[in-house]
Amino acid sequence: MAEIVLDHITKRFPDGSLAVNDFNLDIADGEFVILVGPSGCGKSTTLNMIAGLEDITSGELRIGGQVVNNKSPKDRDIAMVFQSYALYPHMSVRQNMGFALKLAKTPQNVINDKVEEAARILDLIPYLDRKPANLSGGQRQRVAMGRAIVRDPAAFLMDEPLSNLDAKLRVQTRTEVSRLQRRLGTTMVYVTHDQTEALTLGDRVAVMRAGVVQQAASPKELYDRPVNLFVAGFIGSPAMNFLSGTLEEGMLRTSLGDFRLSDRLRHEVEASGTGRDVIVGLRPENFEDAALVSADNRPHGITFRASIDVYESLGSDVFVYFTRELGRGVNSAELQELAADAGRVDSGGTGETIAARLDAATRIGEGQDAELWVDARAIHIFDPASGRNLSLADDDGGAVAVQAAPDRTDAGEPQAPTQHAAGSGGIQAVPGQAGPPGEAT
Amino acid sequence: MAAMTTTPRQKVGWGTANFVVIALALIPVLWLVSLSFKTPAAVLDPSFIPASWTWGNYDQILSSSQFIRPLINSIGIGLIATLVAVVLASMAAYAVARLRFPGKSVLIGMALLIAIFPQIALVTPLFNIERALGLFNTWPGLIIPYIAFGLPLGIYTLSAFFREIPWELEKAAKVDGATPFQAFIRVIAPLAAPGMVTTAILVFLACWNDFLFAISFTSTISSRTAPAAMEYFSGSSQFTVPTGPIAAAAVVITIPIIIFVLFFQRRIVAGLTSGAVKG
Repeated sequence: MAEIVLDHITKRFPDGSLAVNDFNLDIADGEFVILVGPSGCGKSTTLNMIAGLEDITSGELRIGGQVVNNKSPKDRDIAMVFQSYALYPHMSVRQNMGFALKLAKTPQNVINDKVEEAARILDLIPYLDRKPANLSGGQRQRVAMGRAIVRDPAAFLMDEPLSNLDAKLRVQTRTEVSRLQRRLGTTMVYVTHDQTEALTLGDRVAVMRAGVVQQAASPKELYDRPVNLFVAGFIGSPAMNFLSGTLEEGMLRTSLGDFRLSDRLRHEVEASGTGRDVIVGLRPENFEDAALVSADNRPHGITFRASIDVYESLGSDVFVYFTRELGRGVNSAELQELAADAGRVDSGGTGETIAARLDAATRIGEGQDAELWVDARAIHIFDPASGRNLSLADDDGGAVAVQAAPDRTDAGEPQAPTQHAAGSGGIQAVPGQAGPPGEAT
Repeated sequence: MAAMTTTPRQKVGWGTANFVVIALALIPVLWLVSLSFKTPAAVLDPSFIPASWTWGNYDQILSSSQFIRPLINSIGIGLIATLVAVVLASMAAYAVARLRFPGKSVLIGMALLIAIFPQIALVTPLFNIERALGLFNTWPGLIIPYIAFGLPLGIYTLSAFFREIPWELEKAAKVDGATPFQAFIRVIAPLAAPGMVTTAILVFLACWNDFLFAISFTSTISSRTAPAAMEYFSGSSQFTVPTGPIAAAAVVITIPIIIFVLFFQRRIVAGLTSGAVKG
């Protein structure tokens, strides 16, 4: 058990390419931290540096208070689970799990006890004398985990341990990993490219892009308050929808309709020197079938008409997709990278297609010209040049949209300005499409 | 799968072809065995099966230090050269397969160069070198050239095997607390065992069968190997060709090879790396 501190860690490969740039993260004892990002973002390199399999170019790595930059893997007291499991094929499950202890010259009876105990936790008792070749994928994965836990290390490092399992087993094993970590209470650093895994498993998630940590925060924080376009687009499935927007006379004009900005948010946007063009982000679940929105909620958003191209029912929810002109504003490097990241292109989040998640009760069908409603409280505004989320600063003040402020329970800070004046809110529906904002509260 | 089933006609065709190939390969060997059991007088008898069987030729060679001592030399020199060559080759091959270092391509090129160099061209210079160094007519005098010619072969075969072993196994071993040497000995080497055995057989065969160096760099039975020693066999009289004893000696030196190959065949065939990683 130990905390891991990454202090300005940088990795430059001999060919000059920068894999990890100025990585700072304090991982508390017993914390479950996820490194997530598209392939090639440096997350595995970071993990390998913690393990001691890669040299650290600059910066300081401390495990349990000790600087371990120049220590070999065996002196760091960490265990690692590899993507391919890397089981020793010439050894039985028992020998595989006991190998580390054997190298540490642990007495044989202690090794046997520890291996049996780990095998019991992982349901591997019947397979102890088998060779890895005679195990199924899920069993091999458990042996790899077992090999890590018998050592009772200061920290576990996991490099995409579930990516070789099929979808059903992956979900099942994900729960097991989570339970195991809670049971053992050992610090765990977990690398994945799957944002669902990241959100479900981690106490804290660090989103990486091109060797730089974009944001390290709790899953909820990442989802609700992404600091930039990249995090916003990467976290969430289907991904956040992005539209271009133009600021005109305190209004945010988008292809969905016009939103009114609060004075504070307008000041914030103006102060950032962004200019008039911004990128607007809306999550699929912020949309709803206008017919299903209660009268109370209607004023919090705007309604618009859209021609539904694709209709997908998941039983519990319905996804509909429609197209909107993207506009000239939506053309940032981060969005292009997100679109290029495999699997996200067809999720429709960053292209011209807008995904909306509706209640299963909706009667909207494919090919219809439907009336949809979008919640203005959840809108995110990004600077197209830097990708920075401009709506966060205002959020700190207590509200994205004036109507939402009284409902927010997570922010107990002064909200006085938002309580009484409609004009001081963040974003609200334009009168005419919705009721007078003041009535909302 | 329907295309895979063979018709009776195909079976007969393949059977005949196999029989012809095996017969062509085996008849000279059987002829040698037959000769080794013939009496000196019957050597010129063209019948395949000896009219009268005799152990005389075997008695003669196995009771003579002219053959026993070279046989011991052959075994000793062959085993030492094989062992050293495989150990060195596996380390070199590991480096070639895993590490990036300056001059790697030069090293591979040099190894290839040695392998293709005609040995006969080297006999004279090596002879002079060995005499100057006092290695002539000693075990090291044969062991060293054998290692030199065994290494390229070994490096090539083994680096192919090492490339097959997932690198993550080594990382796993390191994280498990192994030093690089322990990782090599306890994880990588056992997995490359089929490759090492294959290499060992090839190198041992080359040493065992070598005649050129054996005849050139030795002068007495203290270091002469069996193939060379057969050249010095004498008949019962000065004017008799020692065909029988030579045939018997040839049979005797073939037996260890057969045992060696049969013993290790199972290990060569078995793919040991299966199950290391998924798939």
